[in-house]
Amino acid sequence: MTAAFDEMKGHDGGVRPAYGELSRWLAEIPPDVLDYRRREAELLFRRIGITFAVYGEADAQERLIPFDVIPRIISGAEWRLLEKGLTQRVKALNLFLKDVYGAREILRAGVVPDDLVFRNPAFRPEMSGQSVPHDIYVHIAGIDVVRVDADTFYVLEDNARTPSGVSYMLENREIMIRLFPELFARHRIAPVENYPDELLATLISVAPHSAEREPTVVLLTPGVFNSAYYEHSFLADKLGVELVEGRDLIVKNEIVYMRTTQGLRRVDVIYRRIDDDFIDPLTFRPDSVLGLPGLMSAYQAGNVTLANAVGTGIADDKAVYSFMPAIVKFYLGGEPLLKNVPTWRCREPEHLAYVLDHLPELVVKEVHGSGGYGMLIGPAASKVAIEQFRAKLKSAPNNFIAQPTLALSTCPTCVDAGVAPRHVDLRPFVLSGRDRVRIVPGGLTRVALKQGSLVVNSSQGGGTKDTWVLDG
Amino acid sequence: MRIRISHATSYRYDTPPTGVTQLLRLTPRNHEGQYVVDWRIDLSVDCQLHQHEDAFGNITHSFTAEGPFNELSVAVDGVVETQDTHGLVQGAIERFPPALFLRETALTQPDAAIMEFAATTRGSASAGTDRLALLHSLLNELNREITFDTSPTQTATTAAEAFKLRRGVCQDLTHIFIAAARELGIPARYIGGHFHRADGVTAQEAGHAWAEAYVENLGWVGFDPTNGISTTDAHVRVAMGLDYLGAAPVRGTRYGGGGETLKVAVQVEQARQQAQT
Repeated sequence: MTAAFDEMKGHDGGVRPAYGELSRWLAEIPPDVLDYRRREAELLFRRIGITFAVYGEADAQERLIPFDVIPRIISGAEWRLLEKGLTQRVKALNLFLKDVYGAREILRAGVVPDDLVFRNPAFRPEMSGQSVPHDIYVHIAGIDVVRVDADTFYVLEDNARTPSGVSYMLENREIMIRLFPELFARHRIAPVENYPDELLATLISVAPHSAEREPTVVLLTPGVFNSAYYEHSFLADKLGVELVEGRDLIVKNEIVYMRTTQGLRRVDVIYRRIDDDFIDPLTFRPDSVLGLPGLMSAYQAGNVTLANAVGTGIADDKAVYSFMPAIVKFYLGGEPLLKNVPTWRCREPEHLAYVLDHLPELVVKEVHGSGGYGMLIGPAASKVAIEQFRAKLKSAPNNFIAQPTLALSTCPTCVDAGVAPRHVDLRPFVLSGRDRVRIVPGGLTRVALKQGSLVVNSSQGGGTKDTWVLDG
Repeated sequence: MRIRISHATSYRYDTPPTGVTQLLRLTPRNHEGQYVVDWRIDLSVDCQLHQHEDAFGNITHSFTAEGPFNELSVAVDGVVETQDTHGLVQGAIERFPPALFLRETALTQPDAAIMEFAATTRGSASAGTDRLALLHSLLNELNREITFDTSPTQTATTAAEAFKLRRGVCQDLTHIFIAAARELGIPARYIGGHFHRADGVTAQEAGHAWAEAYVENLGWVGFDPTNGISTTDAHVRVAMGLDYLGAAPVRGTRYGGGGETLKVAVQVEQARQQAQT
């Protein structure tokens, strides 16, 4: 593995222009002052109460995600490149979904193999032949992007189901403005505070044709026991819409209503943060008590918009991911502006053979996994762990894909010994409405706080940073 | 054969509910060897019934009945004209390629025992490499292996659970058949419908279920593991899905109320030609 690209110092150690001010500031600020501000930031987060639950840890119910006070900076020119690439990517995702649930042209053309779609648990046969309002499936996408040098960004994952994390983007900015006003005075930073307005505009734009002139939007949560419940309530509050659970809604004559103190009120758009499996017990899991019975009937009758649509998981499936360059080309004609990480599909015997031969240098991921669970990072794994993983991989090769270990870029980060480079990724949030695609400049930067670690997931000891996109 | 079917699902409540929402798959369609002469659905409670077609081509009806009421019944009645097609299903609505029906579902996921049963059946001399012969072996083996028994299983019982018990109803036998066929790489699917008994018994406690499996050059073929036969003109096909949940005659929920008693009455009899004079 080559040395990672540092976003402040580049490959050669000279400070890159976007980081000029920050680098001077870091040199000026006394260590004890920086440390004091760090502790202040933590205190503020505790007071706000932003927490997340770690699955699989019995003792840790709710935890604070570590926040690093040193911002990650992206220049205006870099952002414009990303913005174009993200817009292209999400357009392709939406066209792909419309096609696999409709005419299936990409399958007939042999660009994506049939069985990869039809036998995929993320494909929902129930959606086939059903249209969705305005043909938009992924209204909110969280596209995970990593960087390896000054000019090269890769898409690591397309999160097209119910991507989370945007509340951190908003709160990180709020806290930074409070703690470091002098730094903001020295930069021209594009705002992210308008994200809730952009999200609401997006959701309203995709209301069904039968909706009233002022469509009613709600946010549907599985409830307080969900790890992202904090974000659900935070967003509902910022959007100014009702936060509801399945039991607050009812379907009558294929129209969704919300129970209010003034009686029933029609609901037109549901920003749902419940997985497909649980959304309607009459169509999906019959034991679900979280969803709304009959919702799919209202949806299929065209009387309500679900954001995101049901069945979008087939677009962010890790095996389908490997076909994204071809998918972009198939629908949009051009080359993908953002690169795909080369991916070996272990379901294919030649790919599997290669992966088994090169485990110590590869990252192997579960096709249907997320959150950094169940993955192998070859270069960081012990011999024993690699052999254990080899057995797992051999017994169910269909469940895995493998990728080269990318040298993720690093950013200066506060650590115990002072300031040191740590690996980062970026999750920008891409909103697709009827009228246009909206992307708030920035996103959620996640940072692997352990030295040398490449795993940025909060469940695996990752932290977050404020992400600054410079104007101009 | 001209078959008259009536299928009533009735609920009684000690405490009346404030509402009931249901999704029905109770309406058969035409295909070769099956012609629906007459069909109707009646609800005991006044409400709108919305008809649609699901992704598999089944006709669905959905409704929300507003309570309170002490009873709710959903009754279908109709007449279907059938012909024996030797199990071949042609002219039916097909929205998916056969490959879709290799998907695993929670109810049809094979466990080690079903996998072994499938492999043993394939290994037997009579099955050989011919897919149709293999499916017939599967049908016969299952019919011999599993005892029909309505007591130990319910609608949420999986293929693996029923196979372990070696007991079950038509739904369980069908799930095991599907699990084993898919395990052997043969697309298979679940059919909910009705069966006219040759022994003169017309009153039944429930609808019937069987499987269809895909055979190259023949298309979909019906296999009824409960009766150990290919489907005939005694079978009336109503709904098709990956498993019971996709073809269930009724899926529903109740708001409030309690003390619910459910009664299902099915009557399948040969209709007299020109019954009305």
